[in-house]
Amino acid sequence: MTTKERGFLQALWDFFCSLKLSISLLILLALTSIIGTVIPQVPNIPEEYIHSLSQTKLQLYDKLGFFDMYHSWWFILLLYLLTVNLIACSIKRLPRVWKIVSEPTLVMDEAFEKSLSLTHDVKMKGDSATLKEKMVSFLTSEFAKPVVTEVDGTLHLFAQKSPYSRLGVYVVHLSIIIVFIGAIIGSYFGYKGFVTIVEGQSVDSLTSRSGKTIPLGFALKCEKFSVSFYDTGAPKEFKSILTVLENGQPVPGYINIPTIVNSPLTYKGITFYQSSYGSASEGGTFYFSVRPRTGGAPVKLEARQGQKVPLPGGGTMQVLESTDEVRSFIPQFSGPAARIEVTTGSGAPQSFVVMRNYPELDEQRGGDTIFSYDGSDQKFYTGLQVARDPGVWVVWLGCALMVGGICMAFFMSHKRIWIRVTNGHVVMGGSASKNPAGFQLQFDTLVDKLTKL
Amino acid sequence: MSSSLLFNITTIAYLASTVAFFAFLASRSKAVGLAGSGIAFAGFIVQTVAIGLRWQESYALGHGHAPLSNLYESVVFFSWTIILIFGIIDLKYKYRVIGAFVVPFALLGMAWAQLGMESGIEPLVPALQSNWLLYHVITCFLGYAAFAVACGISIMYLIKERQEKADGNSQAGGIIATFPSIKILDDLNYKAIMIGFPLLTLGIITGAAWANYAWGTYWSWDPKETWSLIVWFVYAAFLHARITRGWVGRRAAILSIVGFAATIFCYLGVNLFLSGLHSYGGR
Repeated sequence: MTTKERGFLQALWDFFCSLKLSISLLILLALTSIIGTVIPQVPNIPEEYIHSLSQTKLQLYDKLGFFDMYHSWWFILLLYLLTVNLIACSIKRLPRVWKIVSEPTLVMDEAFEKSLSLTHDVKMKGDSATLKEKMVSFLTSEFAKPVVTEVDGTLHLFAQKSPYSRLGVYVVHLSIIIVFIGAIIGSYFGYKGFVTIVEGQSVDSLTSRSGKTIPLGFALKCEKFSVSFYDTGAPKEFKSILTVLENGQPVPGYINIPTIVNSPLTYKGITFYQSSYGSASEGGTFYFSVRPRTGGAPVKLEARQGQKVPLPGGGTMQVLESTDEVRSFIPQFSGPAARIEVTTGSGAPQSFVVMRNYPELDEQRGGDTIFSYDGSDQKFYTGLQVARDPGVWVVWLGCALMVGGICMAFFMSHKRIWIRVTNGHVVMGGSASKNPAGFQLQFDTLVDKLTKL
Repeated sequence: MSSSLLFNITTIAYLASTVAFFAFLASRSKAVGLAGSGIAFAGFIVQTVAIGLRWQESYALGHGHAPLSNLYESVVFFSWTIILIFGIIDLKYKYRVIGAFVVPFALLGMAWAQLGMESGIEPLVPALQSNWLLYHVITCFLGYAAFAVACGISIMYLIKERQEKADGNSQAGGIIATFPSIKILDDLNYKAIMIGFPLLTLGIITGAAWANYAWGTYWSWDPKETWSLIVWFVYAAFLHARITRGWVGRRAAILSIVGFAATIFCYLGVNLFLSGLHSYGGR
């Protein structure tokens, strides 16, 4: 290796070890992350937004990957740089810190004493053997069990508390890398997707986010879907009753499992999350009873959505829209309802709502013909998010380490106490890796107790 | 007694505390400063009772849930956490004058909630029906509150530093003389962020855990998530800046204020200007 090469490598290494790089990368990540919160991201880009952009802007954004910013090459690059940076920083600093932890300075000589901000001298009576015993029991009871070293007749004691707190920072750095590893495992070996299942039917594959069809390896049947509402009309619960089928047979323990928002169903590492619902296109016959206001037997009518059905007294009716629960539209009422449009020979078409639970209500409308709604055979479909993520436990491991590491780094302090005894002359010194003011109080208390010995 | 009456009393207490703290700045009378803290703590106790009462009232309405479910409830809780963190720092480090720059944040929150917001107790929509709501909201807001306190302290730092520079010495009188020295302010700023950062980290993790439990993805770059990460990045930069020469003091104070601005945008701006999974919080 030439000197020039070595110089370059050294410069590169120093660059990646620098704390300034860490700060710059963190600020850069913070700033660039804003872009993706302002510009809509795939797959949720509204058509209108695309149209509102000029051609040049559209091309520029597309080139820069702004529509999928968090997966763009440059954002990923920033994350990789941060990873390399924190690995390099840790490699550079960890050995020194590890040495403090694993090979503590056992002897406080006079030069080292001068480097400590907290020291105290006391004169004490007694021969060295008694003093040694006294000091050992003093440190053991008041601080921590000491290590005793004798050098040329001088007695040195060293005691420390939570030395491993110095490693907290590196635990946090490691935890971030573990979270990244978990995320990478998830993105290579897992998938996210979606299924829709009509009540009474089953599916054996899902559609991934990228539009691929992935077999589940089993089948999932939706026995029933229901939605309930609060009195205010706000939704209370979306519930799918699900059954897992293997080779067409229900799997014991996975039969009629209610799956609601915040309570998913997991089978063979694949999890199903209640996410949406709607009316299935099949079925969809609506049933009505129609009678003239002047009296007479009601006539039963059947209509499919959008189909114009002739009325017994002349004219037609059709179903415009329907719901299984009217409460979210008209809070005072509940149950299924349909909005129908009635066209009689003369006059403009009239549209109004009829409700199954209130068959007499249409009388108040004042029309010549009174409609009541008998419900429909329309079925719901349930929409379930599907996810398989074998990396998620690695991510949680990383998160747990991160919290532990932060607590170690922030709230624990490596405290050290040295005592030197020479001919009845006792010198105590102390240092702490954090919170010097707090440690000073503790040190003063120790000095107080030492002088009273 | 209703929770809403107690919330009004709380607001008045925080107003009185703010006035007392401003009077403390002007008069430098120890008794006035003590009154400022005392009134704030009394307000805090009333607010604690009020939050408990509102919780109970929601059960009486038949859909009991912790009062952390909409913007009104979160702003009230935010005020509560600000006074809590201020109380911890006040009792531990005894720099009372900080109250003049922190209690106003709590007052602002309560006044906005009581005067400008719909305070009705709403039932929980399905997405929020989870115990994770409690863990997630509590950790996040305690973190936000610590950052609010740090921001107040940083503002004091910048004022104090500017005055010291202008006068050429630190012997100047006036209001600013009551401030702790810039070294202490710098240290307190760091201490407040040391409380906030682990809590924000926990808040993000509990949010991720909840998202994974409810939707199957622990991270989806939803604007709220992204902004919380932006806040995390800013404070991570702050913590690293502390151990770098040239970044202590002024720049650290500015970073702390920027961090709190990002926090407020994460909390309110995202709901008001951007769309996403947390949009229910914006009502």
